[in-house]
Amino acid sequence: MKKAAIDVSYVADLARIELTEKEKELFQKQLGDVLDYVEQLQKIDTSSVADSALAPDFKANTLRADTITDSLSVDDALLNAPQQNNDLIIAPKIVE
Amino acid sequence: MNLETSTIAGLKAAYQKKTLTPLEATQDLIQRIQEVDPKLNAYLRFNEEDALQQAKAAEISKPLGGIPIAIKDNIVARGEKATCASKILQNFVSPYDATVISKLKEAGAILVGRMNMDEFAMGSSCEYSALAESTTRNPWNQDCIPGGSSGGSAAAVGGWEAVAALGSDTGGSIRQPAALCGCVGMKPTYGRVSRFGLVAFASSLDQIGPLTHTVEDTALLLNAISGHDPQENTSHAVTVPDFKESLNPSVKGLKIGIPQEYFIEGIDSEVAAGIQASIDWYQSNGAEIIDVSLPHTNAAVAVYYIVATAEASANLARFDGVRYGKRTENPKDILDLYRSSREEGFGQEVKRRIILGTYVLSSGYYDAYYNQAQKVRQLIREDFVQAFQKCDVILTPTSPSPAFKTGEKMTDPLQMYLADIFTIAANLSGIPGISIPCGFTQSGLPVGLQLLSSHFEETKILHAAYAYEQAHEWYKQQPAF
Amino acid sequence: MKYEAVIGLEVHVQLKTKSKMFCGCRNEYGGDPNAHTCPICLGMPGALPTPNEEAIKLTVQTGLMLHCDIAPLCKFDRKNYFYPDMPKNYQTSQSDLPLCLGGHVTLEKYAFPKDVQKEAFADAKRKIRINHIHLEEDVAKSTHFADHSGIDFNRAGSPLMELVTEADFRTPYEAFAFLTTLRQILVYGDISDADMEKGQMRCDVNISVRPEGQEAFGTKCEIKNMNSISGVRRALEFEIDRQVDVVTNGGTIQQQTRRWDNDSGETFLMRTKEQAHDYRYFTCPDLLPIRTDQGIHEEALARLPELPAAKKQRFIQDCGLTEYQAEVIASDRQLADYFEEASDKAKKKTTVANLIINDLLATEPNLSDIAIPAIYFSDIANLLEESKINSNGAKTIFAEIMDNPRPPFDIAREKDLIQDLDTSVIETWCDEVIAANQKAVESYKAGNAKAINALKGQVMKQSRGKANPKLVDDILLKKLS
Repeated sequence: MKKAAIDVSYVADLARIELTEKEKELFQKQLGDVLDYVEQLQKIDTSSVADSALAPDFKANTLRADTITDSLSVDDALLNAPQQNNDLIIAPKIVE
Repeated sequence: MNLETSTIAGLKAAYQKKTLTPLEATQDLIQRIQEVDPKLNAYLRFNEEDALQQAKAAEISKPLGGIPIAIKDNIVARGEKATCASKILQNFVSPYDATVISKLKEAGAILVGRMNMDEFAMGSSCEYSALAESTTRNPWNQDCIPGGSSGGSAAAVGGWEAVAALGSDTGGSIRQPAALCGCVGMKPTYGRVSRFGLVAFASSLDQIGPLTHTVEDTALLLNAISGHDPQENTSHAVTVPDFKESLNPSVKGLKIGIPQEYFIEGIDSEVAAGIQASIDWYQSNGAEIIDVSLPHTNAAVAVYYIVATAEASANLARFDGVRYGKRTENPKDILDLYRSSREEGFGQEVKRRIILGTYVLSSGYYDAYYNQAQKVRQLIREDFVQAFQKCDVILTPTSPSPAFKTGEKMTDPLQMYLADIFTIAANLSGIPGISIPCGFTQSGLPVGLQLLSSHFEETKILHAAYAYEQAHEWYKQQPAF
Repeated sequence: MKYEAVIGLEVHVQLKTKSKMFCGCRNEYGGDPNAHTCPICLGMPGALPTPNEEAIKLTVQTGLMLHCDIAPLCKFDRKNYFYPDMPKNYQTSQSDLPLCLGGHVTLEKYAFPKDVQKEAFADAKRKIRINHIHLEEDVAKSTHFADHSGIDFNRAGSPLMELVTEADFRTPYEAFAFLTTLRQILVYGDISDADMEKGQMRCDVNISVRPEGQEAFGTKCEIKNMNSISGVRRALEFEIDRQVDVVTNGGTIQQQTRRWDNDSGETFLMRTKEQAHDYRYFTCPDLLPIRTDQGIHEEALARLPELPAAKKQRFIQDCGLTEYQAEVIASDRQLADYFEEASDKAKKKTTVANLIINDLLATEPNLSDIAIPAIYFSDIANLLEESKINSNGAKTIFAEIMDNPRPPFDIAREKDLIQDLDTSVIETWCDEVIAANQKAVESYKAGNAKAINALKGQVMKQSRGKANPKLVDDILLKKLS
C-alpha cells in the first residue's frame, strides 16, 4: 500500500468531518507518511498469534445484575442540549 | 516555595501537627498560582472561591483530607466543565462524577483547578490545546514545551503551582510530560484505576494516574484512586495493596532488566548519560542488572497509531452537536450539522487522528492495518511477559530527548508521534510504568527515568523508584521564575 | 413465466428486562421524554457500559428454544454509523461472535393465516433456518415535526435481540407463520411480549423474485415499517406483485430500501443503496468477552419452558384433546397453564377443554380478567361425566359461576340440577310410558327411529327433567329391542 491508498475525502465523509481543500491536501501527505511508517507491521510474522479479539487472561464474567439505578433528572439530561423543546432534544429534520 | 508543605505527605504532617490548616495551605497555593501561572499557563480554569470553600470544610482525618489536587480537563466532575481542551466541549458541564473524582471527594481532597492538555489527550507537547489562552510552558525553560498530553498537570506540579495532579496516559501522556517537567508520573496497570468518567481517547490504552513531586505522594494518591469499579467493565477485581508499604530504600537483590532495544541511536546523549548513571547507581547499591530483550519494541509506535486512532475514531463519534457540545450555526440538514459542527469543533490533530482511525478500520483495510496491529500488540505484550520472568522491573529512558522547543514538531506529526517511543509499549501491554527525575541536562532541563513492571506489580516500581529518589532527591531542586 | 419469491427476515425483539442493556435506567417507554436516561445511554463523554446479565440469559434462552448453537465465548463489537437516534454514533452490537448460531423454526399448519390453512403448503411442516441471533442496544425514538425532529432517549440503550433468518421463505404466508410461531415462543419463554404494534417486535424483510426453477437470486429490496404480522404478509404480497410486474414488463429491480404504508397498502421508495455501508466493526474495547459456559448456558437451560409444539403434542397424547383443542389451548401460555389447572382433577379432560374453548373464551376472551378458580372446571366436567348433571345444567352452572364464583356442586343442588340416577325408578317410568304410548311403540318398531323421542320426552317429563337423558335412552332402547 502506497500513499495513494488513503482517500482522505472518502474517509472524512465516513467520519462526518467537513475538510477544507487545504486540509485534505495536508492530511493526504501527512497521513501518507504515517501509513508508510506503519507499513513495517506487514513484515512482522504474526502467524503464532491467535485472534486477538479475546482477552487471553479471561477469568470470569463481569456482568451487571438486572437492577434499576437512578436516572438523571430530565433537567440534567438536557443540561447541555444545544436545542430542546418540550423535553425533547431538537435536531434538524431527520429524513430516513 | 516551602518544600515541606508543598507535597501531600508534607501537608498531611503539617495538618496533623497543626502547624498549618487546609485553608492556609490553599491560600498559599492560590498565591503561588497567581505568581507562576501567568508564566506557565498550566491551568485552564481555577475557581478560587470554590477552592477556599472546600478548604474550609476539609476534614483532615481523611486520607487526603484538605489536600489540593489538580485535575486534567478530561476527567468529569458533577456540575463542572470538562472541556478536553476542545472547542467542541468548550461549554460542556458534566452531570456526573468520574469514579476517581468520587474517590477523591470521599478521601477528603480539595479539587482545585482544571489542567490544560492536548485536545482530547492527543499530543505529546500540550501545544494542541484548543482552549488555552496561551501555550503551556515548561517550568524549567519557558521556551520549551511541557510535554503532553497531560502537559498542564505536569507543568503545574513541576512548577510547584500544584501539590499533585491527576493526568491520563494513553501512550505516555503522564510519564513523558512528568519526565520533561521534572516530576513523578505514573501510569498504573490497565484496570487498576477506573476509567469511568475519563473522556475516552483510546479505551484499551487509557489509564488515569498521578503526577506528583515525590514517589511517596504517588503512592498516597494511587491509594486513593485505585480499586475495582463495578461501573467499569475493564476495571479488575484485584485487591489493592497499601502502596505506601512498598516504599523501601534498599534495592539489594532487586533484579533490574535493561532492554537493549531501548538504547538506540537517536537518544539524546545527555539523556543516555543520565540513564546510565542511574543504572550504575542501582548496581552499586546491590541491585542485579540483567539484560533483557523486547524484540518487538520497534513496532510499538506503528501499532499504537493504528490501535489508538481506530478506537478514537469511534470514541469521538459522539461529539456531533446533537445532545451536547458545539453545534454549528444554522445547519442546512442533519448531515451538515454533523460535518460542520465537527469541522468547527475539532482541532487539526484530532481530525487527523479520526481520519487515520476511520481509515484503518474501513472496509478493505481492516485486516492489513487494525487486525495486524492487534496481533503485533499481542507479541509486544508477550515480550514483556517473557522479560518479567527474568527481572522485577525494567529500566528505560522515559523520553528520547529532554523538552523540545515550542513549535518545533508541530509541522511533522510523525516526529511528534516518535516522542512517545519509550512509553507506548506499556500502554499496549497494559503494564504499569513510572517516570521519575534522574537529573538535568547542562542547559537545566530535567531528564526522566522510566521503570516498568508486570501487571498489578506497581509496588515493585514504587519500591525501585523510591530508593533511587531518596538517594538523589532531585525533587528538592525547584525551577526559578 | 411463473415467478417465485425469495424472502429473508430480520427480526428485532425488545427483551423484557427491568433495566437497560448497559446501564441501570428503567427499561420502559412512554411517560415523560428523556426521563429514563443517564450519562451512559445518552453517550455522555466519559460514560462506560456494563452488560446486563439478564439480557444475555434471555438471548441464550431464546437460542435454546429455537435449536441454536450457543457460543461458549462471545463479545460485543462497535458498529459505526452516524444517526441522531444513536447517542454514541456507534451501536454496541455483535458481529463475528454472536451469542446464538444456526437454529430453526418449524412452520405448523395452525400458524398460517386462517384463509390458507387448508392449502397443502400450510401442512408441509417446512423448516425455516435461522442464521444467528445477537444482542445489541436499541436506539432512541424521534418524533418528526414540520421542520425539525425531537429525540427522546428513553428507549436508547434498551436490550434488543436481533434474529436473522436464511432466505428460506417462498411465500408471504410462510413469513406470517414464522412470525406467529416466533412470537408464541418468545411469549412462552417470557423473553418479550413481542407485540409488533407496540414495537416490541420489529421485522424488516429482504425480498427478491426469480423465475421458477432458476437458482440464482434476483436483486433484493428491503422493506421496513410493518407494524403487525399481517402487515408483513400484506407488504410482501404487494412487493411480490410489484417486482413481478417490473420484471415481466422488461424492467430490472433496483436494490432499494422501501417503506410499507399500512393505510395505502403499498411500499414506497425510501432510498437506493448506492454503496454498501462501511460499518467499520471492531471489538468494543470497553467490554470484556463473555463466557456463556460458566453458568449462563446452564441457567438458561433450567429456565426453558415446555414449548407450544411439545405442549400441543402432550395435550393430544396425555389429555386426549383433539388437535384443534390442543392447538387453541397451547397457542397461549397463560391459557395452557389455566387449562392444566382447570383439568387437573377432571376424569375427562376434553370436557374441560370444551368448556374453556366454547364457553369460557366465548364469554371472556381476556384471560387475565377471569376470576373463576380453575379447578371448578374439573368439578363441572366430573358432574357431567358422572351424569349427575346434563349439558344444560352445565351451562346454567357456568353462567352462575361467571356471575358469582362458588363450587359447582353447590350451585347444582341450589338450582336443583342434579339428575336422579336411581335406575330402577327410571325403569319404572319407562315401563309406564311404554304401556301408555303403544302407538309410538308400534311406530318405532315399524322402523321410525324418531318415535323413540316422544317416549323419551314423556319419561323426562315424568322425572321433571332430573333423569339423565342418555340413561333414559339406553333403558328405552333395551326395553324396545
